[in-house]
Amino acid sequence: MGEASATEPDGADDGVIVTRALSKRYRGGQLAVDGLRLTVPAGSVFGFLGPNGSGKTTTIRMLMGLIEPTSGTAHVLGRPMPRSARAVLPHVGALIEGPALYGFLSGRDNLLRYDAADPTADPRTRRTRVAAALDRVGLTAAAGKKAKAYSLGMKQRLGLAAALLQPRRLLVLDEPTNGLDPQGMREIRTLIRELASDGTTVFLSSHLLDEIEQVCTHAAVMTRGRLITQGPVADLSAGARGRLVVTTPDPADAARVLKELGVADVVVADDRVTGEAPERDLAEVNAALVTAGVRVRGFGVERASLEDAFVALTGEGFDVAG
Amino acid sequence: MSRAEAVRKVSPLWTFGLFRSELLTTFRRWRTLALLGVLAAVPVLVGVAVRIETGDGSSAGGGGGPAFISQVTNNGLFLVFTALAATLPFFLPMAVGVVAGDALAGEASAGTLRYLLVAPAGRSRLLLTKYATVMAFCLVATLVVALSALTVGAVLFPLGDLTTISGTRISFTEGLARALLIALVVAVSLIGVAALGLFVSTLTSSGIAAMATTVGLLITVPILDQIPQLHALHPYLFSHYWLSFADLMREPVHWDDLTKNLGLQAVYAAVFGSAAWARFTAKDITA
Repeated sequence: MGEASATEPDGADDGVIVTRALSKRYRGGQLAVDGLRLTVPAGSVFGFLGPNGSGKTTTIRMLMGLIEPTSGTAHVLGRPMPRSARAVLPHVGALIEGPALYGFLSGRDNLLRYDAADPTADPRTRRTRVAAALDRVGLTAAAGKKAKAYSLGMKQRLGLAAALLQPRRLLVLDEPTNGLDPQGMREIRTLIRELASDGTTVFLSSHLLDEIEQVCTHAAVMTRGRLITQGPVADLSAGARGRLVVTTPDPADAARVLKELGVADVVVADDRVTGEAPERDLAEVNAALVTAGVRVRGFGVERASLEDAFVALTGEGFDVAG
Repeated sequence: MSRAEAVRKVSPLWTFGLFRSELLTTFRRWRTLALLGVLAAVPVLVGVAVRIETGDGSSAGGGGGPAFISQVTNNGLFLVFTALAATLPFFLPMAVGVVAGDALAGEASAGTLRYLLVAPAGRSRLLLTKYATVMAFCLVATLVVALSALTVGAVLFPLGDLTTISGTRISFTEGLARALLIALVVAVSLIGVAALGLFVSTLTSSGIAAMATTVGLLITVPILDQIPQLHALHPYLFSHYWLSFADLMREPVHWDDLTKNLGLQAVYAAVFGSAAWARFTAKDITA
C-alpha cells in the first residue's frame, strides 16, 4: 500500500495482478479509469469495491485484454496485458459483467463451446472436465436443458462453471452472486473459499460490502475512476476508527467523565453513551468511570464495518453513481 | 523464471476444434436452418410452377424468366441451372449476408464474444474461423439449392442427355459434372459478399444492424449495376460477373468472365478481409 514507487521494479513479481498508472479514456473523452495502481497479492481473495460507474468493469476488461489501456501498464500473472493474452488467459477463469450464453444450446454444449475456444484445453478430456465443472456448480441435473430456459441464478452458475473448466491460477469474478438466492449465494461463497484454499487467487468485484467482508482477505475501493485505498480488509475497517460504547443507567455522569478523559464526540442516547475510541488504555477509562460512581452495564468498542470505512473514504453512500 | 512459464501446451489440432465448434454452433441456429429451408423451397416453387404452366404441352417461359427455364421441361437437370440463376441475384447472397453480418456482431450483442476472447480464442484465429465458417455456409447454401433442384427436376421432368448453349450435345453424366462445377462457381461468387458482411460485422455490436447493413448493400449494388452512367464502376461491383456461371454451359467453355469473377471475389476477400482484421484486432470489446 506504500508509495515506494522508486524502489519497485515495474515488471512486478510481487502480485498476481499489478497495474501501474493504468488509465483508460474512451473515445467520447470520458476518463473511465485514472492512474490506477493496483497490486493483488498471490493467494489472496481480493475484493474490488466501488459504486456503479466507478470504472471497475473497465479495469477488469483491461486486465482481460478486451480493452486497450490509453496509458499505463497492467501485468497479470507476471506478464504484460493485453500483449501476453494468449499465454496468460488459459490460467485465468473469468466471469465478466454477468454470464453470456448461447440460448439455443444446452448448458453442457455452451461449456463445450467455450472449452473449444481455449487453445490449451485438451479435447480428449473435454467432456469429463465439462461434467466436473457442471457438478461443481450444482448444474448436473439441468445440463441438458437449453440455456434460454435457465433462470438468472442458473445462468450465473453456468458462467461460473465456464470459469472452472480448467485448473486456474487466477479467477476474476465480476458480481458472482448476482441473481442468486441466499442459499445459492452461500454455496458460491463456500466455493470461492474452497478455490482460494487450493491456492487460486480470486479477484472479486462486488457491490455487496458484507460479501466482501465475509470472503475477502484484501480489498480495494474505487470511485470515479480512481483507486482510493487498498490493503488487507482488517486494516481497511480499522482505518475507520471504532466507537467506544458505554451502557449505563447514569448517562449524564458517564458523558461528563468521558469528556474529562478527553474522549471526543460524546453522544448520549438513552442509556447509551458513545464517543470516539480514545488512544489511551480502555481499562483505565473503565476504571475511571467506576471510580466516579458510574454504574456500567456494558463497555466496549464497536469495530467499524467496511461500510463505515467506505463511507468515510468516499464521503458518500455506496450506491451513488460516480 | 517459474511464473507464467508453466504455459500449457497448445494442441496442434486446436484451430480445427474451434472451427468444428463454430460450424456446429452456426448450423444449430434456428435462423441458419430457416434460411436453408427457404433456399431449398425456391427450386420446388420454380419446378412446380413450370410443371403447371407446361401441363398443356406449351413450352415454358416464352423467353422470360431466369436463364435456362425454357429447357427445364426437356431435361430436369436444367432446373439446377435455373434455380441457381434464380437464387444467385438475391436469395443466396442475402442468406450469406445474414450469416456473415451476424458472425461477430451477433456474438458481441449476446456477450459471448468476450468469453470466447478470454478463453482465449485469439482475435485473428477467431476471425479466420468465422470467415471459414461463412465460406462453408456459402457452399452448403449453394449445394442445398442445387440438390433440391436436382431432386425436384428428377421427380417432375425427364432426365437425359442435354444440349449446351452452343448447341452441342453432352451426356447426362457430363451434365451432372457441369452442374456440380457450376454450384462450386456460384459458391465462390459469394465470397465477396461474405468478406463484406464479415467486415460490417466487426463495425458494430448489434447483430441486427450488421445484418440489415449487409442486406441493404446487397439490394443497392445490383441497382448501381443497372445505372448506365456508372459504367466505369460496374466491373468493380461484386455482383457484376455473377451470371457468368452460365458460360460453363457453353462448348467450349468461355473462361473470360468466369476468371474475371473469380479474380474480383479474391480482391474483395483480400480487401475486406484485411479491413475486418485491422478493425477486429484493434477493437475495444465493451459489449
